[in-house]
Amino acid sequence: MGMSFAQKVLAAKAGLQSVAVGQIVEIEPDYCLSHDNTAAISKTFNKIGVERVKYPERFVIVLDHTVPASTEKYALGHKEIREFVREQGIANFYDAGVGICHQVLPEKGFALPGALILGSDSHTTTYGAFGAFSAGVGRSEMAVLYATGKIWLKTPASFKIVVSGKLEEPITSKDLILKIIGDIGADGALYRSIEFTGRAIEEMSLSSRMVLSNMAIECGAKNGYIAPDKKTFAFLDGRAVCEYTPVYPDADAKYEKVLEFDATRLDPQVAKPHTVDNVSPIEEVAGTKIDQALIGTCTNGRLEDLRLAGKILSGNKVADGVRLLILPASQQILLGALKEGLIETFVEAGALVLNPGCGPCLGAHQGVVAPGEVCLSTANRNFKGRMGSRDAEIYLASPATVAASAITGVITDPRAEFVGGTK
Amino acid sequence: MIEGRVWKYGDDVNTDVIFPGKYTYQPLEPAEMAEHAMENLDSSFAKEVKKGDVIVAGYNFGCGSSREQAATCLKAAGIAAVIAKSFSRIFFRNAINNGLPVIELEDGVDDMEKGDTVSIDFEAGTVTHKGNAYHFPALPKEVLAILNDGGLIPHVRKQLGRE
Repeated sequence: MGMSFAQKVLAAKAGLQSVAVGQIVEIEPDYCLSHDNTAAISKTFNKIGVERVKYPERFVIVLDHTVPASTEKYALGHKEIREFVREQGIANFYDAGVGICHQVLPEKGFALPGALILGSDSHTTTYGAFGAFSAGVGRSEMAVLYATGKIWLKTPASFKIVVSGKLEEPITSKDLILKIIGDIGADGALYRSIEFTGRAIEEMSLSSRMVLSNMAIECGAKNGYIAPDKKTFAFLDGRAVCEYTPVYPDADAKYEKVLEFDATRLDPQVAKPHTVDNVSPIEEVAGTKIDQALIGTCTNGRLEDLRLAGKILSGNKVADGVRLLILPASQQILLGALKEGLIETFVEAGALVLNPGCGPCLGAHQGVVAPGEVCLSTANRNFKGRMGSRDAEIYLASPATVAASAITGVITDPRAEFVGGTK
Repeated sequence: MIEGRVWKYGDDVNTDVIFPGKYTYQPLEPAEMAEHAMENLDSSFAKEVKKGDVIVAGYNFGCGSSREQAATCLKAAGIAAVIAKSFSRIFFRNAINNGLPVIELEDGVDDMEKGDTVSIDFEAGTVTHKGNAYHFPALPKEVLAILNDGGLIPHVRKQLGRE
């Protein structure tokens, strides 16, 4: 019997010929990520009674969740992290402003095919888009990884999601993943390894693929793998931090489920409050008044997202009474957007451009929402209270939908603003 | 063997409603975390929860963010165990790592109501409610060892001979 991607990676890391679904293995991840929570993790690490981080070269620390620090407490946390990485000799440290961890790890060449990457952040699944096995863990587990380099993992069963057809602008991979999550539910792939495959995935850019892997966690998945191909290898050329060996599932691998979707003629999708799987085609929510629009985050803050939003916003103004926030996922993306004139487009439209980071996505600072307000966002979560007030409503959509809606002030089908793809 | 009073919730109870994101990067002690437990879902919980109470919920309990405080705050609030039809994988790990027992059980959950009493026999693997006993599968031995040591940090300290 052939093995799935997850089985092959976990077997290889555990030094075994094969592993069965459900088998628990002890492994050493290739790379581990932590962010602003490193302040708390370092304190837990100190409780273990080990003085030195065992493999400092395997840890990547990115400050992104509350940057720049908006309170003294956040500032103190960041200071403690800078001291910790200096004391422990952790060279892979990216301070405030470099970007969101899930964009920075790929940009810096850590997201590698066949690598096993764990992070104390649930959206660590993002690196599956590069053919890595990557999953979130908790803070205590990260502290133990600092101390020992080891962790136990259970081998998940696998789902194959086959996407045929082709996405037509302004429909994006965000619409596709919302459709998938809406169909299978918030626990539709609970504890499963998803392998995304099919013509539509092959045709997608790496940035679009990252949206799928990023949101795999929103249907409960442990990881969201996409087979590395020429696009992946070209991106990694001159960027990969070490040599890598791509891992592909066996042709006769066993899948618990095979699910099929068609990207062609997909309508724009919107996740309604207060769960990510509460999805409907845009026509059901079109006309809903919004107070804030957010384009960016680790889900949709990449250059292709900003280009798409720029196309729609160019020559238009944000509606009266609406705040449009632009949140590039990294410094490199911000620079690219500047060079392409996109930032000028956004500012002329009346948008507020934030520094690279997590911004208001998790409600810690920068653009949180008030009771009774409605936010339309390109982020990955719309849970009650996620962006500030528990009495606010969050809708999730693609950058095209958010841009079009920011102009009209109500949730708007981007195809109306984008006739024939030329606008 | 524990006996506890039930707090009952539905499906997909996410970590943002258990422990809001706005507190996640503040350096809080477990007792302070407990003051915010379930803040976005049930404002009576933190005020009225008593040591030894049990949470009973539907599918996918603890979905969303990896924030470990979602488990820590429930443990600090006095919750003795969480029974759910299923758990999100990161919350499941975090709970074990905090020494908070998690029990995956579908049978009988729909009949359990807020304020009911349930008793849990971990050795026999049973939850008893209104005279009906429901069986739950034992945790894998690797996982049980962490729980029995009171969580991951004491477990690793023991393994490393730091005790």
